[in-house]
Amino acid sequence: MAARAIWKGELKVGKTKVPVKLYAALKDQSVRFHILDERSKTRVKQHMINPESGEEVANEEIQKGFEVDPGTFVILDEKELESLEPKATREIEVKTFVPPQAIAPEFYDRPYYLGPDGDQTAYFALAEALRKENREGLAHWVMRKQPYVGALRAEGDYLLLFTLRSADEVLSARDLPRPAGRAPDKKELSMAKQLVELLKGEFNPKEYQDEYRQRVMEFVEKKAKGHAPKLRLVRNKRQPASLDKILSKSIESLKKGKRAA
Amino acid sequence: MPTRKRAKTKSETEERKGTRPFWSGTLTFGLVSVPVELYPGNRTNRAPLRMLGPEHEPLARRYYSEKTGRDLDSAEMVRGYEIDKNKYVVVTDEELERLAPEQSRDIDLRRFVDLESIPPIYFDRSYFLAPAEGSEKAYRLLVDTMAKSDLAGIATFVMRGKEYLVAIFPENGILRAETMRFADELRSPKEVGLPEKKTVPAAAVKKFERLIGQHSTRTLSLKELKDQKTDQLLKLVEKKRARHKDIVEVEEPARDEGKVVDIMEALKKSLARKRKAA
Repeated sequence: MAARAIWKGELKVGKTKVPVKLYAALKDQSVRFHILDERSKTRVKQHMINPESGEEVANEEIQKGFEVDPGTFVILDEKELESLEPKATREIEVKTFVPPQAIAPEFYDRPYYLGPDGDQTAYFALAEALRKENREGLAHWVMRKQPYVGALRAEGDYLLLFTLRSADEVLSARDLPRPAGRAPDKKELSMAKQLVELLKGEFNPKEYQDEYRQRVMEFVEKKAKGHAPKLRLVRNKRQPASLDKILSKSIESLKKGKRAA
Repeated sequence: MPTRKRAKTKSETEERKGTRPFWSGTLTFGLVSVPVELYPGNRTNRAPLRMLGPEHEPLARRYYSEKTGRDLDSAEMVRGYEIDKNKYVVVTDEELERLAPEQSRDIDLRRFVDLESIPPIYFDRSYFLAPAEGSEKAYRLLVDTMAKSDLAGIATFVMRGKEYLVAIFPENGILRAETMRFADELRSPKEVGLPEKKTVPAAAVKKFERLIGQHSTRTLSLKELKDQKTDQLLKLVEKKRARHKDIVEVEEPARDEGKVVDIMEALKKSLARKRKAA
């Protein structure tokens, strides 16, 4: 069954407008647990209380404050908070384009598929042009009162729109001190390189399954029927031996494995 | 015994300062194992708003039982999977812990791939891996080897009751671990119901290619990735503060939500500690 669009908008590239619909690209596959009251095994809810008195405070009575110094708050009322909301528009403005490598992996947040809304020619032409030029568009838009910065990208014949994390949200390794540790010697480096070469391959996402999720589900089903299997405690191991011995052993066993295959 | 007492106080302060890693485990490649500590690579909201009551007293969020209305602390709550309406199977932390086979707890780099070959739709969250006590040498060897080749190591591992697919690659001498989505967590265009592509006139494509060419830059400035809404919020706060408007002072009650931890400080401390030790 086809998915339902979650938003409608219009890509604006230069003066050209491309009407699009936005769809979720992710599906939640996680094992969904609920938090329960242990005694009654019923659901729990959350509320706000005054920690001194333990009294509940109703939503209408709650005010929002920004803590400028410990214990000092600047109160912001609903009107002021609303004034910070960007103006609602349907426009996804794409003004600049960058090579895909210009956006580091840690900036990509949530992906959405864009589908054509009416005019299919412009939609597929834009996707094809992005693919041919090997570029991603930098997009700005407002959706459900939130301003977003994102990346517009071609995936196969289609367009994907990612939300990007803001620069404040992403920590950079450049701001961190380099870890210490003696520089590896030539022999260690060349062995490690050999090892990595032996393990080099393509990224095949279908090769990886969330096996743990399946184990949890099977366990839940068995427990529901009243016969949960006994689970053994697992211990963590440690390894002795010297680094270059381990490296040469690894290379040996990998080569053997490759020959056998 | 004064020594023991002192030791305890120290670890308590450490915990409060947030120098503790989010997770510690072992990174392996071949038969080499590198004990590592994992830290979040994202900062949380830099301008969180606090909920205050009618007397401007800071409020706390609490769980309560839907049935009895009673407030619950963490020892009074369990995790349940709904098998029928309002019927749950309880699963404990211990069971989740034991369900992970031993080898699944290690980040075993069994494949190295070209980092740029990974479609960004897979990328989820970012973490840093720092060397744990005593593993600096092997850690450095892995970083130096990978840095030369632009490769990312791929692995799956179980952490805190969830399995992760990760890409691990060096950045400025430190390993970044980017968790990735599993293939079955992604919809295909077909599942979404997107129409089949029809051939488009070459002129329509050319028009966009020209536009792209005219508006291309080689790099992305971080200025483009500003969080404008938070900037505006902070500006408004400063304006009101300067005018002494709507400012309240309260006696700071003991906070039970755990102090906000500055991840960057925690990481820096842990990396510096290693430096001294080495």
